[in-house]
Amino acid sequence: MGFDAYASNLADAVNWARKWSLFQYPFVTACCGMEFMATAASKYDIARFGAEFPRFSPRQADLLIIVGTITERQGPALRRIYDQMCEPKWVIAFGVCASTGGFYQNYSTMPGADQIVPVDVYIPGCPPRPEQVLDGLMMLQDRIQRGEGHSQVTLAAEKGYDVPIAAIRPVGASQHKPEKT
Amino acid sequence: MAQLVLDRLKERFTAGEILETGSQHGNEWARVRREDWKAVCQFLRDDEATQMNMFIDLTCVDRFGREPRFDVVLHVYSTDKKHRVRLYGGASEEDPTIDSISSVWVGANWFEREAYDLYGIRFQGHPDLRRILMYPEFVGHPLRKDYPKEKRQPLVRRDPGRVD
Repeated sequence: MGFDAYASNLADAVNWARKWSLFQYPFVTACCGMEFMATAASKYDIARFGAEFPRFSPRQADLLIIVGTITERQGPALRRIYDQMCEPKWVIAFGVCASTGGFYQNYSTMPGADQIVPVDVYIPGCPPRPEQVLDGLMMLQDRIQRGEGHSQVTLAAEKGYDVPIAAIRPVGASQHKPEKT
Repeated sequence: MAQLVLDRLKERFTAGEILETGSQHGNEWARVRREDWKAVCQFLRDDEATQMNMFIDLTCVDRFGREPRFDVVLHVYSTDKKHRVRLYGGASEEDPTIDSISSVWVGANWFEREAYDLYGIRFQGHPDLRRILMYPEFVGHPLRKDYPKEKRQPLVRRDPGRVD
């Protein structure tokens, strides 16, 4: 019993460390990339959130940022990149094309990157302003702290760890702080 | 501007190879009989008066319901004579074939692959007629007017029951 309480506190500390040291893999395919660069550059400075370091190898990254339109043809490559990332890992859909396909409704465009990878945070906009991106990043940080990320939940379930209470709450209730156990 | 080119075509090809010519807003065009597509292109490139040495664009238009159904549209330009012309070649629905002109202008190679990929025009004599934009598993030709607008052919999807 005592161990459970201890482990839960440890998870809090680990998740705190995770949320401030995100190593991102930018999967940049389209014009949203310019806004992503603006977010990463000095004026908006994503480094303030501990996510300044793009790693161009999925094996060194734990945050996949899908920036721009995903075509059906890119699907297998994107899925492979996601599979190569070490767990726990998170995904941000940057811009409306990555979130839903955007104004492309045709034979070639995937209607949202969540068709092939689980997305933790959707940032709408065409393209989103850097403020929106930072807001989305902060939402993701909250999610990581609560242990609600898709891969965090899957991992905890697979390993038989204590799944955070927050993770089994219904979707839509995630704006609130989790209840203490 | 390029009336000279049309004149040369009509002068050289008198057996019905040139079906129709026209001019609008300073752009000259000619409709070419399908069997003579390559010969006309070869002539335009090699003739001293026209010297069409630059390939600009090749694409296709699906005029669904008309016969022939497809228009293969070619734009060429002469960097020496500074004139350009647009050629139409027809391809029917039952037999969507036309001669490849990638041996006349090398630049046409990938454009013909694109027209094949999206409209299904078979370019006879093309050295490597594969899809260029869509993936090899794709079935059909998506820019044809009778391709369903909402139809998708996904290569990969998540398992619906899985969280990840």
